[in-house]
Amino acid sequence: MSAVIDHGHGDHPHGPAPGLMRWVLTTNHKDIGTLYLWFSFCAFLLGGSFAMVIRAELFQPGLQIVEPAFFNQMTTMHGLIMVFGAVMPAFVGLANWMIPLMIGAPDMALPRMNNFSFWLLPAAFGLLVSTLFMEGGGPNFGWTFYAPLSTTYAPQSVTFFIFAIHLMGISSIMGAINVIATVLNLRAPGMTLMKMPLFVWTWLITAFLLIAVMPVLAGVVTMMLMDIHFGTSFFSAAGGGDPVLFQHVFWFFGHPEVYIMILPAFGAVSAIIPTFSRKPLFGYTSMVYATGAIAFLSFIVWAHHMFVVGIPVAGELFFMYATMLIAVPTGVKVFNWVSTMWRGSLTFEAPMLFAVAFVILFTIGGFSGLMLAIAPADFQYHDTYFVVAHFHYVLVPGAIFGIFASAYYWLPKWTGHMYDERLAKLHFWLSFVGMNLAFFPMHFVGLAGMPRRIPDYNLMFADFNRVSSLGAFLFGATQLLFLYIVVKCIRGGEPAPAKPWDGAHGLEWSVPSPAPYHTFSTPPEVE
Amino acid sequence: MMRHPRLGMGLLACSALSQAQAAWDVNMRQGVTEVSRSVFDLHMTIFWICVVIGVLVFGAMFWSMFAHRRSRHPQPAHFHENTRVELLWTVVPLVILIAMAVPATRTLLHIYDPSDPDLDIQITGHQWKWHYKYLGEDVEFFSNLATDREAIGNRAPKGDHYLLEVDQPLVIPAGAKVRFLVGAADVIHSWWVPELAVKKDAIPGFINEAWTRAPEPGLYRGQCTELCGKDHGFMPIVVEVKAPADYAAWLAGKKAAAAESKAQAGKVWTLEELVAHGEQVYKTACAACHQPTGEGLPPVFPALKGSKIATGPKEGHIERVVNGKPGTAMAAFGKQLSEVDLAAVISYERNAFGNALGDMVTPQDILAFKQAAEAGQGMQPGQPQPQPQ
Repeated sequence: MSAVIDHGHGDHPHGPAPGLMRWVLTTNHKDIGTLYLWFSFCAFLLGGSFAMVIRAELFQPGLQIVEPAFFNQMTTMHGLIMVFGAVMPAFVGLANWMIPLMIGAPDMALPRMNNFSFWLLPAAFGLLVSTLFMEGGGPNFGWTFYAPLSTTYAPQSVTFFIFAIHLMGISSIMGAINVIATVLNLRAPGMTLMKMPLFVWTWLITAFLLIAVMPVLAGVVTMMLMDIHFGTSFFSAAGGGDPVLFQHVFWFFGHPEVYIMILPAFGAVSAIIPTFSRKPLFGYTSMVYATGAIAFLSFIVWAHHMFVVGIPVAGELFFMYATMLIAVPTGVKVFNWVSTMWRGSLTFEAPMLFAVAFVILFTIGGFSGLMLAIAPADFQYHDTYFVVAHFHYVLVPGAIFGIFASAYYWLPKWTGHMYDERLAKLHFWLSFVGMNLAFFPMHFVGLAGMPRRIPDYNLMFADFNRVSSLGAFLFGATQLLFLYIVVKCIRGGEPAPAKPWDGAHGLEWSVPSPAPYHTFSTPPEVE
Repeated sequence: MMRHPRLGMGLLACSALSQAQAAWDVNMRQGVTEVSRSVFDLHMTIFWICVVIGVLVFGAMFWSMFAHRRSRHPQPAHFHENTRVELLWTVVPLVILIAMAVPATRTLLHIYDPSDPDLDIQITGHQWKWHYKYLGEDVEFFSNLATDREAIGNRAPKGDHYLLEVDQPLVIPAGAKVRFLVGAADVIHSWWVPELAVKKDAIPGFINEAWTRAPEPGLYRGQCTELCGKDHGFMPIVVEVKAPADYAAWLAGKKAAAAESKAQAGKVWTLEELVAHGEQVYKTACAACHQPTGEGLPPVFPALKGSKIATGPKEGHIERVVNGKPGTAMAAFGKQLSEVDLAAVISYERNAFGNALGDMVTPQDILAFKQAAEAGQGMQPGQPQPQPQ
């Protein structure tokens, strides 16, 4: 059957359409992957610039640069843009580029929907960012938008925020459906589920998480919309509603969301560490089961974000135990990565540097997560800078370093050129130092009693905040170097062979570099 | 007698030193109560467990990065699974976690037992101040940030307790079990005093319970820890623990002051007196939103300068301040402020920021307004009161 189609294609080769319309109308998984990746990088710079405003204001005590009202908009928009604009689209971009190449599929299963799910994003973020210029300002209630601060007491622009979230949710759900349809239907003959690369596995599980929880997020913002405009009282105590209901619904989305942002990175790192250790991944089967276990547990731990709202003691105990349990499958993963490196033959190119830093620093974030799971201790940590340190350790060296590692690992395949290894290592070391300077001291000020989301603080927190700000500026500025390295790699450089890494395995290395516009029109044979 | 000043100086030097050390503090403070100490112990236990695991895991990684790099170890091994090892590192962490869950559960159950309190205090979070009510004692007051706005704007030096000082601290007796009934009038707040290890969300429509038993007199500071709007960073908490006798004296003094303030409502005030007093009330109750200049932060916080209400008929102005505007950040101040304070602040607003109306609102006007409202409707509209859970 595929041979017949190939005959038809032989006559008129399908290259990309010329001009700008190529990007608007494209249904090619590689083009759409590229769009997603560039979009997420722009969002990363925008969300990062908001973080720079926050750190500049917190550089010293007193109010210097922004008013508290605007400061709150910055913390809110930083969180929203990084979560929904930078991290999630970056992983969808990687999925678009790599999943078909890894499973030997000619494209994603639903190409037109793929195009639509990308082009919803600029609309959604256009809406969201435009609120900053509206009368009364943009969202100022934190990225967790707890009611009633985000309903009765919200700025008028909250309606735009709600519709932006709806659009992002639709986009994510469509992206997830596409991944599931592709992975379950378009695998090359012989590519059984337990032969799939771990990146495909983690994305498959992530996609199911997305389908399960994005509608819950849509539900909670719709309830807000009803409360604000249609006279309902879901979250208003005065009307018989319940502000705590908001938090239950939000975190039922929010906790799996945390794993949505980290599981694909687990998958990428599980490809990169074996490549540069020149040794097969240790414990493939247990990696798959651990990912499944983490995904399952992510649905039954949401109230650990709510230990101080006054839930009954039985609830506290259940959520404390369930949360502690997550340490087991996560530990299995970390032990497997270390065992993969053990007695390998290691080299430290940029992807490996980022992957090793991922394992170490993500584990540190996991440790503070374990501490936060202990409910009585959480009474002291909750909503302090200790929590800020924790989730930045999980997200920056976790999700973001995972994305950097993936980008360097697959850039030769995408562009046909090797990136500048010397600059990439510089990018790594500056990011590593900047990130640790920025976020490690946050553990200390949090334990010393500094609440999160405040624009000004007592003098006893001043020294560590200054260190944090300097680290953040270093980390932020370093990302412009990444932009330079990527542009340089696209424009030229040493030609990359089909398989630039001697230890790499997988179908994506069987096609030339750069990958042709259409690959695997004939399915490959998997032994 | 001579030794006392010296002792005082020594203590002062000590406290200055500890302040300087606090700047580089890296750990949680132990706190002063039995609960805070057991929380601290849990914190240190789980911390050391993490350190040990970290040393083992990172040790193995760094050893591998050193000894198994290609230049030293060119031929990689090929093993990729080992059921026994994989089982082991699933079960061992599980056992460690169960061991950790036992003391955590014990402490949690202790914290969750607010029974048999000696004293009940209702804590209500408002944007952006705390209200304390001693149940059964007829004593209640608001606790506002006392830090000078000039210091926040970097136009005046910042003191040691910058942003952690209030006009009236919460006072509790040493050694007594004090139960806090925590609620909120507008958005969600969270009441946290690290040294007591008490943190509880203040949620409109709920009353949460928490408790503490502080053994020694002392002054303990904390902050609101749930984002509650613009001035979330500016609503600190100060708890003053007094010896029981001092506490009783303080309580009696508070009751007498309340009685005196009621008596003042009958006094005949001049416009100058009212405006002068009103300026003080305005600073603590109104300036955060409407700004010291009266220009507000439109559109969320409207200007009072030249506003229709502040320059219109007195009744409209009184109505807005007493009843608030439901659905907005404008709270009903009728129950938050005394008649004297209400009259003073309204008079001030009508004669400041260029609103030169020259008229004045007296405490009697406020009383008359409140009585008319009660007579007219049987009850007074206003902010919803927290309902029991």
